[in-house]
Amino acid sequence: MTVPETLSIDTSALPCHYVTLGAEDPLRLDCGTELGDFTVAYQTYGELNDEKSNAVLVCHALTGDQFVGDTHPITKKPGWWEVIVGPGKIIDTDRYYVICPNVIGGCMGTIGPKEINPATGQPWGLDFPVITIADMVRVQAMLLDHLGIDSLFAAIGGSMGGMQVLEWVASYPERVFAALPIATAARHSAQNISFHEVGRQAIMADPDWRNGDYRLHGVRPCRGLAVARMAAHITYLSEAALTRKFGRRLQDREAVTFGFDADFQVESYLRRQGGVFVERFDANSYLYITRAMDYFDLEARYDGVLADAFRGARTRFCVLSFTSDWCYPTEESRRIVRALNAVAANVSFAEIVSDCGHDAFLLDEPEFHRVLAGFLDGAADHRGLPR
Amino acid sequence: MTNKLRRKAIRVDLQIIADMIDSDSRVLDVGCGDGALLDYLTHFKQVDGRGIELSTEGVNACVSHGLSVIQGDADTDLAYYPNGAFDYVVLSQTLQATSNPKDVLENLVRIGKRAIVSFPNFAHWWLRGYLLAQGRMPKSKTLSDEWYDTPNIHFCTIKDFVVLCRGMGITVEKSIALDKDGTRRRIQGGLFSANLLGQQAVFLLRR
Repeated sequence: MTVPETLSIDTSALPCHYVTLGAEDPLRLDCGTELGDFTVAYQTYGELNDEKSNAVLVCHALTGDQFVGDTHPITKKPGWWEVIVGPGKIIDTDRYYVICPNVIGGCMGTIGPKEINPATGQPWGLDFPVITIADMVRVQAMLLDHLGIDSLFAAIGGSMGGMQVLEWVASYPERVFAALPIATAARHSAQNISFHEVGRQAIMADPDWRNGDYRLHGVRPCRGLAVARMAAHITYLSEAALTRKFGRRLQDREAVTFGFDADFQVESYLRRQGGVFVERFDANSYLYITRAMDYFDLEARYDGVLADAFRGARTRFCVLSFTSDWCYPTEESRRIVRALNAVAANVSFAEIVSDCGHDAFLLDEPEFHRVLAGFLDGAADHRGLPR
Repeated sequence: MTNKLRRKAIRVDLQIIADMIDSDSRVLDVGCGDGALLDYLTHFKQVDGRGIELSTEGVNACVSHGLSVIQGDADTDLAYYPNGAFDYVVLSQTLQATSNPKDVLENLVRIGKRAIVSFPNFAHWWLRGYLLAQGRMPKSKTLSDEWYDTPNIHFCTIKDFVVLCRGMGITVEKSIALDKDGTRRRIQGGLFSANLLGQQAVFLLRR
């Protein structure tokens, strides 16, 4: 595993857009702190039409970023949803204006714990305020205001992206024509909080974490962050997928070595996942964003009646889950669907058969894509968007 | 990535159901299959249509054709809908496959201002004759499953259904029996013959 000891990536000049928001009207966070003059990095694809009616907001997941549909400038890998977003694809950038912002708390150019705190001239570190999913959505709404977009044709996202989609409809129902929360939940489960806590403890147990001030010391808690990624990555897969991909096969050897080297292919794979991840992700961002997900509980905000979060919404919903996803199981999606039914919302819901676990939403799953395409085409017809 | 809608003639019982539904109304089709009725109603009667379907293939076919359909079960999912949420709730050829037909029926007239229910009539003369002559569970072209692997676990007759509605205080606004050749027959005023000659029945109900 290659562990870079310093992160020298300059995320203030990536090939994307940057905007400073909150200069006049500061952002008021759920924790009570106000932020003025902060930067949001975002990527766009396609053209906004004259009516400004074809905007699609893509919300990224925990470790995603704004590079949804083009080659990632740091990893040089395809965009995280390039199978879906692009010219002639399901989220057709010849037809829609696609906006994908890096979330607040992130580490790809939007304000987060690794950016400079103007009060001290040093990286925020743990002085950065704890953010929530609702805060992420507030920032996105400010970005849309800046872009002059009153209403989105669609808000779409998987996992934490799906949480943002749900939050969008709860907070700004009149601004979302179609909502696609995929492989997600209206509240983070005890099991998911548990896995996140393991990840955070791994980071904080790394001596290089230095109570969050690692940047001041010129080090990075790479080992802790890599372990956090490895543990989380297991939850994104499924036993069937791991067995199919790796089984008990050995890594470049004929027999086990009676040591703690990566004897098994699956160990080697996980180590590689951890190693690649630390090259592009910030440990403190991982703490802040997992915390935001843990705090997400739309139901509690509406006194235990999830349906009230969606009451009166005229949004068209498409809720999708995957059979082998044990991180965000179908039952979580069904809770959302039942709440939507309770207010007679316009909702489609399908459980897609896949053995790829939670990650299925990122992969080339033909049935998933067929349903997604059909729903979007139908919604676009209702929106009056030309084909 | 365009899914072209297939637009073809719908089954005769679905046509009868469609004829009972006013334009521009709100419709929930429970057990909507591949969405043939919803598709017809959406395009020819401009209804605001929704569906519930048990089978994954059915749901995926519907959603990928732009219909608003959820994967769900008549027995468990109807309870989550509010009273009077729809002008019509349709249950076509599904009642006999539910675990609790009475509860389902109760939910239909609760959720819908009107409910439309169609089902195969187990008292049709051909089925009576089959049972009498063969002494075995009747099978026909439309009821082709063996008794041990049929999804149809609660068969009833037209008369059974009329009695159940009466017992539940449900008003029958319209009822039509369909003969084997598609001939329509009024059930009210001719229950005995409808129950003998009707291969299936369509009821328009309200609480």
